[in-house]
Amino acid sequence: MVISDAVRSAIDAEIAKYPEKRGALLAALHLVQREHGWIAPETAKAIAEIFEIRAIEVMEVVTFYNMFLDRPQGRHQVRVCTNLPCSLRGARELVHTLEQHLGVEAGETTPDGRIHLGHEECLGACAWAPMMRIDDTYYENLDAEQAKKILDSLK
Amino acid sequence: MQKAPFITSYLTEHTADDAFATLAGYRAHGGYEAARRALTQMSPEQVVELLKDAGLQGRGGAGFSTGMKWSFMPKDSDKPKYLVCNADESEPGSFKDRLLLERAPHQMLEGILIGAFATGADKTFVYVRGEYAHPANVLQRALDECYAAGIFGANCLGTDLRHDVVVTRGAGAYICGEETGLLESLEGKKGQPRKKPPFPAQFGAFGMPTTVNNVETFSHVPHVVAKGADWFRGFGTEKSPGTTIFGVSGHVKRPGLYELPLGTRLDEIVFEHAGGPPDGRKVKGVIPGGMSMPILPASQLDVPMANEFLRERKTMLGTGGVMVMHDATCMVRVGCIITYFFRDESCGQCTQCREGTGWLHKIMQRIERGAGSPADLDLLLDVASKMEGQTICAFADAAAWPVQGLLRHFREDFEEHVKQGKCPFPESFEL
Ligand SMILES: Cc1cc2nc3c(=O)[nH]c(=O)nc-3n(C[C@H](O)[C@H](O)[C@H](O)COP(=O)(O)O)c2cc1C
Ligand code: SF4
Repeated sequence: MVISDAVRSAIDAEIAKYPEKRGALLAALHLVQREHGWIAPETAKAIAEIFEIRAIEVMEVVTFYNMFLDRPQGRHQVRVCTNLPCSLRGARELVHTLEQHLGVEAGETTPDGRIHLGHEECLGACAWAPMMRIDDTYYENLDAEQAKKILDSLK
Repeated sequence: MQKAPFITSYLTEHTADDAFATLAGYRAHGGYEAARRALTQMSPEQVVELLKDAGLQGRGGAGFSTGMKWSFMPKDSDKPKYLVCNADESEPGSFKDRLLLERAPHQMLEGILIGAFATGADKTFVYVRGEYAHPANVLQRALDECYAAGIFGANCLGTDLRHDVVVTRGAGAYICGEETGLLESLEGKKGQPRKKPPFPAQFGAFGMPTTVNNVETFSHVPHVVAKGADWFRGFGTEKSPGTTIFGVSGHVKRPGLYELPLGTRLDEIVFEHAGGPPDGRKVKGVIPGGMSMPILPASQLDVPMANEFLRERKTMLGTGGVMVMHDATCMVRVGCIITYFFRDESCGQCTQCREGTGWLHKIMQRIERGAGSPADLDLLLDVASKMEGQTICAFADAAAWPVQGLLRHFREDFEEHVKQGKCPFPESFEL
């Protein structure tokens, strides 16, 4: 079974909120990705069946949005904001420190599959820069030591 | 994030109090009484007129009259009608809506309820940017409380008004803040903006009449209804009434949020409130309203923060995101970051935008590396001018304006790069 019963019924609850089924597609992708970590081709096919659209249409949506992953990318998504307000306050230096600490470059996953490090556009935390998002949580007002410790604590 | 702005006014007076995010805490400060008054003692037309009299303008960037916008919703249509609350907040340098969602969700919901009554809308979709997982959860909790208390649903506040609210999450695409890109995304599609006309008031979400307003715009509404147009006009300027929440970031001692009347001078915000640059540095330039808005040099910070004054300086209030840069900052690097962002976020539908944003970034980078030629400066301006007013949405203009602003006020920085064949600002932030 590609999509679990629990996620399937959560998707149905989302569908009920919209005048057209497809309105719940983004919600469904969030739900499925939370369970699977990414949207695999066979998952896209299963979602397409629920929404009565083609799998290619699901993949078009997946690839349009930054938060949806069309390949597995490690257990934790670490994203450092490098837009202007954060860069003015040391975000680029922070990315370099974390690259060295993890031994990967931004855009790569650690060999143990623990962390995918990347940079991201403005996340709405400009006054508390530099900052990073790990999965669904924001970490603000970071310094290099703190940030390294936070990464070390990820399982 | 901080729980309340460093300076508060009516929108943020209680945001330091955790309880204010709950229904009981909100009600303790008179919450939902303005909606009750609108629903039971006013007609929809009176609410619209009141907003027009107050002169409330949208706080999402374009500054359009909210009362006017609400009056465009068709009255005699038998189709369902929708409101959309734009909580996509992705304009770099903007972070005020996050505070309002996290710390004052009921204030916004009360504004939505009043809007539903005034426009006859059946349903509101609150479109929250995907990365705002926590704000979306806080909002959903507040909404659940409302349903349990009969504020939304079949009989809103015990009246015969029926209205439902749905919290929708985006998934990381700046262009979904543009209202028709948002509508596409709401329909489960790629967030590519629509050609206009038809405008959302005729053909909006799921093809139905729709009005889109920003989080902060809705949050002002209960205050206008509770205290009146004259009270509201007691804040701000004649043409731009009310307060707004300025988000100050970059090279200042006290970055953060400040709720101040529109028309507050930019130098007052940067120096008096935010403390100016640290380490005895001087200001070089300030972007006054989020990254799409052209920069101002240090010599032009004596401007009141309202569109009627900012326009004279060829810039705009935008989202009130104030980004401060000190005198060691390389403005070509600033240009590189800005053009990278727009290149990355273009939805790609229009050639001028797709190609233009790519070119702007390439030329910027070339100049920063020291490999630019004197002709590159005018080439930047040429590319930028060809992007203006040509495309399906205002994104391409928003990408062109900041480049024009940088060259208008900091052309010397660009010339020095070309002349010296390298970046002349060794102490600038890293790229
Ligand atoms: C590229 C682009 C991005 C935008 N992003 C946002 C946004 O994140 N939030 C927002 O409220 N408005 C945004 N807007 C403005 C909306 O299109 C729309 O004007 C606004 O939501 C209307 O609400 P208001 O009248 O209350 O300001 C954006 C516009 C453009 C062109
Ligand atoms: S201007 Fe740019 S972002 Fe807007 S519709 Fe055209 S390509 Fe897309």
